[in-house]
Amino acid sequence: MSLVRETLTINMGPQHPSTHGVLRLVLELEGEVIVSCQPVIGYLHTGIEKEMENRTYHQNITLVDRIEYLSSYHEELAYCMAVEKLLGVEVPKRAQYIRVILCELNRIASHLVWLGTTGIDLNVSSLLMYCFRDRERILELFEMVSGQRMMPGYFRIGGVAEDLPEEFEHAVRPFLEEFPRRLDEYEAMLTDNLIWRRRHEGVAVLSRKDALAYGVTGPTLRGSGIPYDVRKAFPYSSYDEFEFDVPTGENGDAYDRYRVRMEEMRQSRRIVLQALACLPDGPVITQDRKVALPPRAELVRSMEAVIHQFKLVSEGIHPPKGEVYAAVESPRGEKGYYIVSDGSNRPVRVRVRAPSFSNLQALPAMIRGGMLADVVVAIASIDIVLGDVDR
Amino acid sequence: MSGSLTPVQAFLAERLGEQLRETHAFRGDATVVVDRERVVDVLRWLQDDPWHFQVLVDLTAWDRCPLEPRFEVVYHLLSLSRRERLRVKVRVPGQDPVVPSAVSVFAGADWFEREVWDLFGIRFAGHPNLVRILMPDDWEGHPLRRDYPLTEEPVEFQGHVPKVPSEIVPRVKPGRVDP
Repeated sequence: MSLVRETLTINMGPQHPSTHGVLRLVLELEGEVIVSCQPVIGYLHTGIEKEMENRTYHQNITLVDRIEYLSSYHEELAYCMAVEKLLGVEVPKRAQYIRVILCELNRIASHLVWLGTTGIDLNVSSLLMYCFRDRERILELFEMVSGQRMMPGYFRIGGVAEDLPEEFEHAVRPFLEEFPRRLDEYEAMLTDNLIWRRRHEGVAVLSRKDALAYGVTGPTLRGSGIPYDVRKAFPYSSYDEFEFDVPTGENGDAYDRYRVRMEEMRQSRRIVLQALACLPDGPVITQDRKVALPPRAELVRSMEAVIHQFKLVSEGIHPPKGEVYAAVESPRGEKGYYIVSDGSNRPVRVRVRAPSFSNLQALPAMIRGGMLADVVVAIASIDIVLGDVDR
Repeated sequence: MSGSLTPVQAFLAERLGEQLRETHAFRGDATVVVDRERVVDVLRWLQDDPWHFQVLVDLTAWDRCPLEPRFEVVYHLLSLSRRERLRVKVRVPGQDPVVPSAVSVFAGADWFEREVWDLFGIRFAGHPNLVRILMPDDWEGHPLRRDYPLTEEPVEFQGHVPKVPSEIVPRVKPGRVDP
């Protein structure tokens, strides 16, 4: 009697609670062991890159928010930095610090969503409530600053829309005071929890070699032991003036990625505290009238201001002919914008370099030979946003 | 060729000679334009000693229509040990949009090249599985080409004229004197 070996092909998703959006995985199984995995993406493709070619540079800020919707501030920062680089505009120091404060708060908020949803995937459902309670406080701060909880549209080319409200510092301080205790609570619940560790340790291992080959960035890369962080390697927006550490893992498994993200939240808090302590005075947007709108008060007195206002609103800005690439460290990795300009008021090409896209590409390498149940852990541990994968 | 070259640009200029078409560093972004026949060689040289451009951060393209060669395929490389970025570009004619695949050098080029094929219709010779990635499998056309119009999707009900968003903001050509 001969033994027949057969594999079973199953579909996971596109509608599956643990795929964090609309991701479909075609899994080939032998028993419960994964022989191969083929991610199928594109369910959330919105054509934002095409749309951006038909809008002015300022109008596009509204669109980029929607790509990586859990960290809109990073998205806006990357886009604005690319246009500023194209224009050669200097951003005032105060605006740079405000951007850093908001981006780091956004990193904490985004990592809290990751922690909560990972908890749900592993049946620690109370964790989601705790994490969303803390995240809600950050979103309230965002609402205070920009008027929106998500999709703020607060950064402008050359600075930010308005100065921070006076009550912002009084609101953010108590949160930052409390936050380490909250993190300690979560770590007490998880870090040495036997079930949590068994589900994470040695699961979804990504070797250094694979991580580099697939262009993986962010906490997923640092979990594999490579200390690459855009904030350190290519400092932008005054990041070189703050002290912070870049945590790294050793084994490249899901547990290391968990440890890296938990530590990153503490480091983000550290950066926000430093930025608040030495927040410089001055304008919050560039004084270049070809780039930023003139202040309201000037419009009633100066004809020139009215002309600038009219030109900027009706036509927008005209960057010089050329191409630039600018990148920031988003909660998921290197978020880059490659913009090609022909000198007109609309970009010829806006390319969004999405960290989730590259990180997801490494998923088959992570889970091959693993168990079916660990796929859920693997997806959660690379923390993808499908809006970012599909754009 | 313009201005002073960065070390890596000088290295490529020496190795490639005439096959290095152009170099520039607009806003500090070091860029080289190479012949498409040599692009895989170039990527392999850059990956090795002493350059260590080990990470293919991004691979994309853009449509230069109506210029010829019509497309430019753009590789963004990153060297972790040198903390340096480099942009490598390849010009591709619109009549024969084929580029050698970089999957043998960077495994991560796989999805990027599928995306470029999907959205621009540029084929990558030697790619193991060059199928659409973002658009539906039965989609016709390549949406990011500049001659592909941006319109609303057709709808079933009558009397609705699809809007053309590209007409909302008129393109203003450069060269006008601002106040």
